[in-house]
Amino acid sequence: IATLFLLGFWVFHQKTAFLLLIIILLQVTGNRRVTGENPISQTIYIMLRIKTPKSLRAKRALDKRAPKLVELGKKTLILHGTKTSNTMNAVLTEIYHLKKDNAVRFSRRNDNIRPFESGGETSLEFYSLKTDCSLFVFGSHSKKRPDNLVIGRMYDHHIYDLVEVGVENFKSMSSCSYDKKIAPLIGSKPFFAFIGEGFENVDELKHLKEVLLDLFRGQVVSNLNLAGLDRVYVCTAVSSKKVLFTLCALRLKKSGSVVPRVELVEVGPSMDLVVRRHRLPDEGLKKEAMKVAPELIQKKEKNVSKDAIAGKIGKIYVPDQQVGNASLPFTPKGVKRERREAKGKGEDNKHAEKKQKQKQNDDASA
Amino acid sequence: MGEEHQQYSIDLGNLAAFDPYHQFSSIPDSREDLVKECIAHGTKLIQSVADALFNLPSTEDASGPVVALPPPSTKLPREKPLPKPKPPTKWEVFAKKKGIQNKKKDKLVFDEQTGSWKRRHGYDRVNDDNDVPIIEAKMTDEPGVDPFAKRRSEKKQRVEKQEKNRLHNLKEASKVGALPSHVQLAATALPITGTQTAPRKVSKDELQNVAGMAATSTASGGKFDKKLAGEKPPKHDKKYRKFLPVVEGSGMGSLERQQTDKILNKLMAKNSNEIFNVGKN
Repeated sequence: IATLFLLGFWVFHQKTAFLLLIIILLQVTGNRRVTGENPISQTIYIMLRIKTPKSLRAKRALDKRAPKLVELGKKTLILHGTKTSNTMNAVLTEIYHLKKDNAVRFSRRNDNIRPFESGGETSLEFYSLKTDCSLFVFGSHSKKRPDNLVIGRMYDHHIYDLVEVGVENFKSMSSCSYDKKIAPLIGSKPFFAFIGEGFENVDELKHLKEVLLDLFRGQVVSNLNLAGLDRVYVCTAVSSKKVLFTLCALRLKKSGSVVPRVELVEVGPSMDLVVRRHRLPDEGLKKEAMKVAPELIQKKEKNVSKDAIAGKIGKIYVPDQQVGNASLPFTPKGVKRERREAKGKGEDNKHAEKKQKQKQNDDASA
Repeated sequence: MGEEHQQYSIDLGNLAAFDPYHQFSSIPDSREDLVKECIAHGTKLIQSVADALFNLPSTEDASGPVVALPPPSTKLPREKPLPKPKPPTKWEVFAKKKGIQNKKKDKLVFDEQTGSWKRRHGYDRVNDDNDVPIIEAKMTDEPGVDPFAKRRSEKKQRVEKQEKNRLHNLKEASKVGALPSHVQLAATALPITGTQTAPRKVSKDELQNVAGMAATSTASGGKFDKKLAGEKPPKHDKKYRKFLPVVEGSGMGSLERQQTDKILNKLMAKNSNEIFNVGKN
């Protein structure tokens, strides 16, 4: 067991400033040691230098990657492991094309990445840090897990949660025949349709639903242009393990009212996702990641109500006025006398005696 | 399956519709039919989302109607931790206490002396400290004090004080964990006590040369020394012996004569104080 104590000193060294950190390592003796030895303490000195960017461009790049109160869209990292099959390659390229403006695709194979093993995620975390991506899609193919796709999320560039799915019955974008004019554009905000009771009852499917929503939704916007809506992701829970995932183009047809009639045309990749494994996040980590800044929570306006007759009304609460105990600028003579008398009566035992004793002593000494 | 007018749960912020009550009574055999059925059901869901979406109040824009979306209702995790609110700086605390408001200043200021508009900061600025030609003496001035030097030293003090305050503010922020995003802390080597320079890193070439240098002290010049694994034999770029060319080219001058002269001069220079002894017996 080792406890770490950190003391920081700021050393002003002419033009540069250093932060001198003293780390004191205290090793508390374990149960095994019989003799009462003193705890070993080591002092380590670390000098830290304040590094500020020398150009505005570097500063902007750093600010872009800094944590923000309201977050912009997450970037996705698409890569593959030791072996991939043809279908896997096609799946990864299709996902990359769907998310062209906020995705990074690595073309080399990565042998040392195993997301579900404890040591096999260091490379992933490093790439996530360097490319500033918090979602990743990792494809691989093996005899045990054919056409395997691991979709994962990161929190603070460490693995938050993982879902492993197998891809079956893959149909690519190029194989669907449709009128090219309705093809969805890159970067448009998609609609989602989740059909099936499995998405509510089965743990894995619930998790998959969350991850798919996170992966494809793009940036959270407050103003939306209704002319630019053109894609729909339809996910159907066919069974308790299988999800049918397909991308459709959206056509808005004229109808009598303001709301147009919606028509879906199958356009994009369609595949069957079979959930294999999944890893939920730690409770503590989940709580931290789900935190919303207190400034953003809209506080309910109190004491405001609407009346049909009077309009907007609110109540005025008058605090209880204590007329008797109000502090006046001057105390009239009458009150002072009352107080003196009250004092005299109440404390006649102790105070009066003491005073009298003191008086006697004074008289005796004098 | 009866046609129920169901209210699907809709998340407008994410443009998503969830149908948790749907059950597949029988899965169609062919994939085509299954896909068709899914898409048909999806259409119904999307229609309900579109209903809610197009009924929102919209403003007309050049490219189309723009709608203000509500925030999404399905909670998804953040990608980075929440930034901590940074503590107020020394100046901010003081300004708040005194009630000082921040007044926006113009970039150009009118300079009375030249009668032109000069910039407030930067090249050729207004009230530049270095440009004052004459400083009038005051009664309070001491005789030996150089007012120009005094001005310069005062400015230096002000700059140092500001730097100290800036570092103090950074320290306070880093205590809370709210360092500004562009400031990073990088580990450096500890300087040697007393001097300011950090120890110089020795390069690979220099290390290789050191071993070679030590080898020349042996009788055979390090040729038969036991080498470590991976150690290369010492480099000897130059030739081992220098021979005069057989045929002298033009413009060279007698090389043999130069060689002998050089040796002779060296000898003479070493013993120059002993050479001139004509009168010695």
